[in-house]
Amino acid sequence: MTSNQFMFFLFAAIIVIFSILTVTNRRILRAATFLLFVLVSTAGLYFMLRFNFLAAIQLTLYAGGIVVLIIFSILLTSQIAEKLEQPHLMKKIFAAITAIIGGSLCIYTILLFDFKEKLMEAPNTNIETVGNALISTGKYGYALPFEVISILLLAAMIGSIIVAKKRKD
Amino acid sequence: MFEGIPLTWFLILATVMFFIGIYGFLVRKNLITILMSLELVLNSVNINFVAFNKLLYPQHLEGMFFTMFVVAVAAAEASVAIAIIINIYRRLTNIDVERVDEMKY
Repeated sequence: MTSNQFMFFLFAAIIVIFSILTVTNRRILRAATFLLFVLVSTAGLYFMLRFNFLAAIQLTLYAGGIVVLIIFSILLTSQIAEKLEQPHLMKKIFAAITAIIGGSLCIYTILLFDFKEKLMEAPNTNIETVGNALISTGKYGYALPFEVISILLLAAMIGSIIVAKKRKD
Repeated sequence: MFEGIPLTWFLILATVMFFIGIYGFLVRKNLITILMSLELVLNSVNINFVAFNKLLYPQHLEGMFFTMFVVAVAAAEASVAIAIIINIYRRLTNIDVERVDEMKY
């Protein structure tokens, strides 16, 4: 086993174990912390695949932004010491059956398909390449989705301010 | 193969993570934990995008850019969802999906 494979298995084990803990832990603040571990080891996978800029985005936006937002909302809406009530056993069993059947179907299909992998020197992913691609309108330019995503972010910002604002009534 | 790691390993990892997220989405009752399961689902899709980009089409960076857009959409979605959750909490003082049924009748 090469060191790369070892690192992949380490990250995969962290991701799977802490994902399961995220959806089963009854203390909600701990579940949020486990979600943080999952997101950070996903950033590790991105670093392993040499997507350095993407891994930095993952760390700052996901781990730094969304998880902190979730933790703040947990602190605003529930008691820290409070334990969530255990879900109904039948509900658990049926959800697990759904997940296992869907997952095994997907994995079976993946294993059947023959992927034509090719190894070649990837284009460098430094900030300059990323920035030029984001504002170029030619082939392999992403100016349109970039503009759409900026309008979406503006709309989400205004919308969340309006929704969360205190009403005088 | 990427230095000894075939593409299927990444895809299997992403599938397992996706369906753990689906399980949490079905089982949980608290709105914030449902949101966290949704983040798991989005994150697993990102792993797929990145692995496809690196191992099948390494000459361009399409998977990387779409992962960036997915992350931005996830951030927008989380902010709006948390605003709605806080508003619900302010009106009904709980965020349990089975008890938030005041608008139903």
